[in-house]
Amino acid sequence: MNFSEVFKLSNQLSRFSPNGKFLASCVQYRLVVRDVSTLQILQLYTCLDQIQYLEWSADSLFILCAMYKRGLVQVWSLEQPEWHCKIDEGSAGLVASCWSPDGRHILNTTEFHLRITVWSLCTKSVSYIKYPKACQQGITFTKDGRYMALAERRDCKDYISLFVCSDWQLLRHFDTDTQDLAGIEWAPNGCVLAAWDSCLEYKVLLYSLDGRLLSTYSAYEWSLGIKTIAWSPSSQFLAIGSYDEKVRILNHVTWKMITEFGHTATINNPKIVIYKEMEKSQNLEMENLPFPPTKAAASSLFNTESKYEVVSSPVSLQTLKPVTDRPNPKIGVGILAFSPDNCFLATRNDNIPNAVWIWDVQKLKLFVVLEHLAAVRSFQWNPQQARLAVCTGRSQVYLWSPAGCVSVQVPAEGDFQVLSLCWHRSGDSMALLSKDQLCLCYLESEGIK
Amino acid sequence: MGDWKTITVPIPSSESKNISQFTSETNMSPSSLYSQQVLCPSLPLAKSVHSFFRAFCTEENVDQSISYLDQELTTLGFPSLCEESKGKEVKRDLNIVAVLNCIHELLVLHRKNLLAQENVETQNLKLGSDMDHLQNCYSKLKEQLETSRREMIGLQERDRQLQGKNRNLHQLLKNEKDEVQKLQNIIASRATQYNHDMKRKEREYNKLKERLHQLVMNKKDKKTAMDILNYVGRADGKRGAWRTGKTEARNEDEMYKVLLNDYEQRQKQILLENAELKKVLQQMKKEMISLLAPQKQKPKEKAEDSPGAVQSDVEEDTSELSKENMWELSCETVREQLTNSIRKQWRILKSHVEKLDNQVSKVHLGGFKDEEVISRQDHEQETEKLELEIQQCKEMIQTQQQLLQQFTTACDDDTSSLLQDCYLLEEKERLEEEWALFKEQKKNFEKERRSFTEAAIRLGLERKAFEEDRAGWLKQQFLNMTSFDNKNSESAFSGSSDQDNLTLYSKPGQKFYSVSSESSLCTSKLTKSLPVSPSTSELFQTIHHLSTNSRVLNVTTEDTKPNQVGRECTTQRWSMASRSDSQEGGCSGSRSLACTDSSIEHRDGLP
Repeated sequence: MNFSEVFKLSNQLSRFSPNGKFLASCVQYRLVVRDVSTLQILQLYTCLDQIQYLEWSADSLFILCAMYKRGLVQVWSLEQPEWHCKIDEGSAGLVASCWSPDGRHILNTTEFHLRITVWSLCTKSVSYIKYPKACQQGITFTKDGRYMALAERRDCKDYISLFVCSDWQLLRHFDTDTQDLAGIEWAPNGCVLAAWDSCLEYKVLLYSLDGRLLSTYSAYEWSLGIKTIAWSPSSQFLAIGSYDEKVRILNHVTWKMITEFGHTATINNPKIVIYKEMEKSQNLEMENLPFPPTKAAASSLFNTESKYEVVSSPVSLQTLKPVTDRPNPKIGVGILAFSPDNCFLATRNDNIPNAVWIWDVQKLKLFVVLEHLAAVRSFQWNPQQARLAVCTGRSQVYLWSPAGCVSVQVPAEGDFQVLSLCWHRSGDSMALLSKDQLCLCYLESEGIK
Repeated sequence: MGDWKTITVPIPSSESKNISQFTSETNMSPSSLYSQQVLCPSLPLAKSVHSFFRAFCTEENVDQSISYLDQELTTLGFPSLCEESKGKEVKRDLNIVAVLNCIHELLVLHRKNLLAQENVETQNLKLGSDMDHLQNCYSKLKEQLETSRREMIGLQERDRQLQGKNRNLHQLLKNEKDEVQKLQNIIASRATQYNHDMKRKEREYNKLKERLHQLVMNKKDKKTAMDILNYVGRADGKRGAWRTGKTEARNEDEMYKVLLNDYEQRQKQILLENAELKKVLQQMKKEMISLLAPQKQKPKEKAEDSPGAVQSDVEEDTSELSKENMWELSCETVREQLTNSIRKQWRILKSHVEKLDNQVSKVHLGGFKDEEVISRQDHEQETEKLELEIQQCKEMIQTQQQLLQQFTTACDDDTSSLLQDCYLLEEKERLEEEWALFKEQKKNFEKERRSFTEAAIRLGLERKAFEEDRAGWLKQQFLNMTSFDNKNSESAFSGSSDQDNLTLYSKPGQKFYSVSSESSLCTSKLTKSLPVSPSTSELFQTIHHLSTNSRVLNVTTEDTKPNQVGRECTTQRWSMASRSDSQEGGCSGSRSLACTDSSIEHRDGLP
């Protein structure tokens, strides 16, 4: 594995362009666009204030920079550096901004979720969508970019509106049988919309594109319910992670549960491979240390390297006792991700934060557990193959594939705490983001050892 | 007699009762003297009887006593003692026979009575012990009863307590239930209130939102604007269309198209899956038929019962199926046919397998029986046979080993040649090459050895000269030293001079090292051994050895090869020797002794 040099960054704002050629990153109020292959700066744009959000348009031609505090959105063109566009939401304020899938419209959510303003870059037209619901995930676009689903709240009832993205025409509008809709998500095939209720009630509703209710699923009552959901890339499975530390998988034919994956703190099955991260015992040679320790030496003292070791089966994982008298307790399955080939599902149970569970979807069984020294911040599957990258906020990046797993120290000077990461679309490299730094990590094409 | 019987023969009822009866009888019966006498005829009683008899009959009252006795006896049912004559007035004669008979009978009676008494006594004893035992038992049981009663009371108390507790717990449970009910009610009411509040709040919020929206909209906020350099084209290059009813319809159409596509795709997938499953079913069926067909023929011959009928059905089905090639179709009737036929066959297969299982189990059982019958005889025979075989085999092995040893010892060459013959040609060549190389090396070694021996001879000569020099020097030294005190000399020798000697000795050795530096290990070993060897004669001897026999040289060099410690040790030893030597005036004999010592040391030092 190779690492690039370290670049400055603020707010962890760095994105690969959808076509994979560019890398945009923000440093305070400046937007830097680099070539991914050479890392040369291609463009440098200066915004009016510190950038809080960054998004590429789907065709990689425009970049949106949102400054929520000022209620401003600035758009930059990569082809015409002199072209500029500034959208001011004025006194209505701004809390969220995003591109429409065609890359020619910008959807701005105003403060208090008063409305969503749809700005067009092609015409002067501005459209408003009223009553958007303030929830976990209120807007979702189909993968092909044709349709948008929007959660709405009117008269103390939840509704879902389906729009055609090409001309923002309302296609369907229907109410949902939910207490407090928490989120909506399209299946990757764009034909089924999953809507789930807030954590007070376990309820998933599945709607067809034409607004028909296909099915409702509820696993239990009277207890905290759904935390997160994820569609498999083939739209075949819907994984539901809930507060009872289980993942339930629904099938796409009957919309019934196929299986449930429990996340227990002790693992007894000897067939499950358990990798545990261990600190490498550094034999510090005291004589060789220079007396005023250099920066690198000092950082290496604090950042001990680590490695994975296979642990034999009766293993009890480190658990966290959730605080029950606070909202959003740290318990239950909070992160779910299917591998791009549908073969694996990676999960994290929030009260066992150091572990990543990897389930074999073909056998519907637990396959591997990775236990780390620190709490798992995020993980992402390689878009090309079954390879998972994990970061824990330490200076290591962890990679797992069915062949094995490896922990790699980021060889940056000083402390490079990997807080998040994102893969390049080719799957050959990924960007590692720390609090104020960015580093690219390249994998050898043959794959890691 | 009747009385006695009742006394002697105890009624086999409860023993205590018996005893009481017995005692009462003895006390209360108005038995005559006789009976009493009979009852307790112990020794003193017998005496009294005797005295009584003496007092009873005297010379004077014989007749009276006879008559008395006669009377008595007759009343007791004995025949009278006197012979009754014809006339009453005639004095009655004592009939001796009768008397004797009477006496005999009395004796018999007496004996019987004694026996009975004995029995009664033993019984009495028995009964007494029984009674003791029973009394013990009784007291024990009483105790037990007492304890159990106490226990029972304790248990009852506990039970009562537990019941009290239980009642309390029930009460508590009831209270808790009430509480839960209350809490649930509270929760429910709170939930409704919360919902109500939420709705109210939300409505308020909505109102506020509405107002805010209106404010924001009405204000015509000039800030709310888009500042853009120039509008860009649409991604698809088309111009935006007007919103009309047509576009709406088109959108609907497209949506349904998307949906339809999805459903079509799904249907295709399902069809594919179905086809696969059908294929599997078909194959299974075929295999089943092929599997079952040969087996069904046999039972058919024997009896045409139900499986045969089923079989015919199956055959019909199969023929139909094969005719129609119905797998392509998916209509329900065909499906039913297929599933039915498969079910039938499955049933047949199942029954068949079960039958087979039964047969197998039967066979197993039968087999076990047979084996058991055979076992004892055959086992022994078998074991004997096997043991014999083992013995034979062992003998064979021994003879073979012996032969092998003979071979190896007797005809080494033969075997080696044989073995060599066994080698492949290439290997042989290689070996020959190696052999040649080895020979060359051997020659070289021999050359070297010769040169070494020459060098050693030279060395020996030099050493001899040196030795002589040294002897002279030592002598001089000694002569010088004799003037000093003995102690002084000793201390001087043990101190610096010793080391001087050592250095002196080691120096020539080193010289030799330098001289023979080009030589290989062999020489170094030689030289190592050199500083140790004290006398030239010894050296010569060894050299002679070396020169005469090369093989021995190897051995000796190896033998004499010292390790570092050994050498140090020997040098020290040598210094000691030299000291004593110097003290005694340089006696060569002692030197040689020391040398032997050192050689021993060498051997000890060898690993």
